[in-house]
Amino acid sequence: MTTVKSLEDLKRVREEALEKRKAKVESGQVQVIVAMGTCGIAAGARETMKAILDEIEKDNLSGIVVTQTGCMGMCEWEPIAQVIVGDQPKVTYGKVTPDVARKIMKDHVIGGKIVEDHVIPA
Amino acid sequence: MKELTLHLLDIAENSVAANSKNITIYVEEDTAKDRLRMSVQDDGVGMNADTIAKVVDPFYTTRTTRKVGLGIPLLKEAAEACNGFLTIQSEPGRGTRIDVEFQHSHIDRMPLGDLAGTFLSLLIAYPQIHWTFIYRANGQDFEYDDAPIKKELDGMSLTEPDILSFLRQMIETGIKEIQPAIN
Repeated sequence: MTTVKSLEDLKRVREEALEKRKAKVESGQVQVIVAMGTCGIAAGARETMKAILDEIEKDNLSGIVVTQTGCMGMCEWEPIAQVIVGDQPKVTYGKVTPDVARKIMKDHVIGGKIVEDHVIPA
Repeated sequence: MKELTLHLLDIAENSVAANSKNITIYVEEDTAKDRLRMSVQDDGVGMNADTIAKVVDPFYTTRTTRKVGLGIPLLKEAAEACNGFLTIQSEPGRGTRIDVEFQHSHIDRMPLGDLAGTFLSLLIAYPQIHWTFIYRANGQDFEYDDAPIKKELDGMSLTEPDILSFLRQMIETGIKEIQPAIN
């Protein structure tokens, strides 16, 4: 790793990102949480996470916080992901394959429409 | 689990759950010695000798949401099936270090899998932790220490698309550059 050069590059990328963000209208914070316990990981949660990050990159989605959490005690529903848009209640999705994750990003995170088919029934 | 990096991710999640501030992940492939080594070292809450003895038991877990903890037992079994081992060193209040080794060429050894995706997933999901990743392929090192990167970002989120893209490429290229040393 050529550290010095990379950090210089990063400085430029950061400044560009700041500029872009200024031009955008903030639509309220969005939080995406992926369950990453042993059960989640074994069920493919890392690929779910990668799909979410890929959507952020491809669709240039600013202001999204992506975090991980452990086992939620619903191992049969793994991979599980939760979405919180602004001050709306948390939505918990089950069987979130990478394709489902991409749909959630497009429909729910961007479009504001909950992907009902994959919501874990309470 | 289909990949060693999925086990690595699982073990690293334990370190996160142990309230660690600094986590170092080391992965080494050494084809001359025919070994594959991985370690996860943290400065979290640690465990006493009694707990260390229990964590290799699949019917022990600290969590309350379910009754089994399979992470460490699964990895230990996988390593032992490949002329390897898993060791745990830990001290309450000081942290934990888990070392695992495999015979690199063993027919039953799982593939290493997506190292870059695993690192990226951890450093994005837990930005409050200081992450160090070291990948060594037959003596060549790729090291990712996120302290100077976070300093440069000065509070900007790692999930900003441009930053995310930068980090992903940095890690992917860094690993790809030295991985041919293995094959």
